[in-house]
Amino acid sequence: MTDSPLLSVEDLHVTYHTPTGPVLAVKGVSFELGREKLGIVGESGSGKSQTGRAILGLTAPGGEVRASRLEFQGTDLLHADKRTMRRIRGGGISMIMQDPKYSLNPVMTVGKQIEEAFLVHSNDSKREARRRTLEMLRAVQIREPERVYRAYPHEVSGGMGQRIMIAMMMIPEPSIIIADEPTSALDVTVQLQVLAVLDDMISERGMGLIFISHDLNLIASFCDRILIMYGGQVMEECRADELSQAKHPYTRGLLNCLPRLDGSQDELAVLRRDPAWLDIREKIS
Amino acid sequence: MIDIQNLNVVFGHGKQAFHAVRQVSLAVEAGQSFGLVGESGSGKTTVLRALAGLLDGVASVSGDMTVDGESLQQQRSKSFRQRVQMVFQDPYGSLHPRHTVDTILSEPARVHRLDRIEQRVVAALEEVGLDASFRFRYPHQISGGQRQRVSVARALITDPRIVLLDEPTSALDVSVQAEVLNLLMRLKREHGLTYVLVSHNLAVVAHVCETLSVMQNGAIVETMSVQQLREHNSTMPYTRQLLTASLGYDRGAIDAFEEFGS
Repeated sequence: MTDSPLLSVEDLHVTYHTPTGPVLAVKGVSFELGREKLGIVGESGSGKSQTGRAILGLTAPGGEVRASRLEFQGTDLLHADKRTMRRIRGGGISMIMQDPKYSLNPVMTVGKQIEEAFLVHSNDSKREARRRTLEMLRAVQIREPERVYRAYPHEVSGGMGQRIMIAMMMIPEPSIIIADEPTSALDVTVQLQVLAVLDDMISERGMGLIFISHDLNLIASFCDRILIMYGGQVMEECRADELSQAKHPYTRGLLNCLPRLDGSQDELAVLRRDPAWLDIREKIS
Repeated sequence: MIDIQNLNVVFGHGKQAFHAVRQVSLAVEAGQSFGLVGESGSGKTTVLRALAGLLDGVASVSGDMTVDGESLQQQRSKSFRQRVQMVFQDPYGSLHPRHTVDTILSEPARVHRLDRIEQRVVAALEEVGLDASFRFRYPHQISGGQRQRVSVARALITDPRIVLLDEPTSALDVSVQAEVLNLLMRLKREHGLTYVLVSHNLAVVAHVCETLSVMQNGAIVETMSVQQLREHNSTMPYTRQLLTASLGYDRGAIDAFEEFGS
C-alpha cells in the first residue's frame, strides 16, 4: 500500500433520534482503506453494518451521520450532492448484501439486471452491455452464462444468486466493494467458492474490499486486516494473521467462547462484558 | 434409546415426489448425544421431524422407529410427546408472540395434566438461568439468548428423556452460543438426557456429541465418532471436504472442491 488510500473515514458517528432519546449506533470509528481486504467483525448491534451503510449514504431515514472526514478518492461523501452520490454508488463504491433473494429484482431476468447496472454508469450500446454481461457471468464462474442470462432470480440457487450479485456489482468497475455478510446464508463449501471468486476479482483489479461479518474464523482467514467492533466502537485493529494474538479482552473473549473442532467438551469460556471498554474511548473522543 | 431403521421420507406424489430421506438407519444410546450434520437440503432436519412425528399428513414416512422401547406408530402416544421434546432454531418464530413466558411454559404442563404447574415453571426458569421476573414478559421483551433459554425451559417442563435440538444456536451471536451450549451440557449431565443435535456447524457438533452421522442428499454418507472427526480420520471424500471447508478460507484448497451431486 504505497499509494494514497481509496477511502478515509475519521471519527464517524451514526445517531438515530428515537422517541426515547438518541441511539448511538456508531461512535467515533476511524479507518483508511487501501487496495486490500479489510474485515469488520462484531456481534449483532456492534455497528458494523451501520458503518458500511453510512459510507454509501444509505443510513435509514431518521439517522444522522457525522464525521470529521469521509472521503473517497478526493470526494467528500458527506457533502456530495445527489448526482455525485448516484455516480459513486455502483460506479465508485458498490455494496453486496447478505441475501440475493431480496437484493435481486424478482420480475426481471438476471441478464437484464446486470446490463442495467452497466448501462447506468456508461454510454455504451445495449449490444456491448450484453457482451460485457455474458463475459462477467463467465468471470464469476457461472458455467452456462447464456442460460443464466435468461433466467429469473427464483430459478437459480443461493450460491449462484450471490455470484450474480458479484457480477452486477463488478460490471461498472468500482474501486471499492462493501460486502455485508455476503455469504452468511450459504452452505460452507459454496460460501468459500463464492469468496474465491470475489477474492480473485479484487486482487486482479486492484480494488479495496470492506468485508463485514460476524464470523471471526472466516474473516481471519479471508481478509488482510481486521477491525473488531463492539458497541459502535472499534475495540482493536490487527492484521488478520495475528488475530490469535489479539490483546483486547473483548477480542480474546470472542475467540475463547468459540467451540473448536480440535477442542475438548469442557465448559466454554463465557464472555464477560466490561462497561469500561466503552467508557474510556468515549472520554477520548 | 433411539433406534431408526430404513427411514424414508417422500414429500409429494408421482412426478412431483421428492425423496428427502433415503434409507436412514441410526441408533442412539441412553445418555448419549448424537449429531446429524450436513448442508442445507441434506435431510438432517427432516430426520428429526420424522422422529418427532411432525411429518404426519405432510409427507409419507416409512421405516421402523423405536424410542425408549416403544415402537412408534403413525400417531404418537401422549407419553411419547412427554418424553421427547424439541428445541427449534429460531427462538422468535417458535414462541407465541402474544403469550407471556408463563403461558408458554405452563401450556405443555397443562396438556400433560402435570401437577404443581407454577412451581414447575419457576423451577424450569431457574434451571435455564432466568429468574422468576421473566415469567410475565413477552418474547419481544427479552433478548435472543434469553428466548432460546425459554425454548429450552419449555422443553424441560414435561421432564423429558430425549431432547431433539434443531440448530439450537445458529441464530445466536457466538458469545450467546457459548452460554446456551454450556447450559445444554449441564442439563444433560444433571438430568441424564439423550440429545439428537442437528447442525451445519462441525465445531458445535464436536463440542456436544459423542457420535455423528454426515448426511448428503437425504442419505447418511458416514457415521463416525467425534474423536475420528477431530482427527480428520474419514475415508469419505464428502466428509473430508466439509472438514476442510470448516477450517476457514484457503484459496488453494477451494479449487480442489468437488461437486457431490445426486
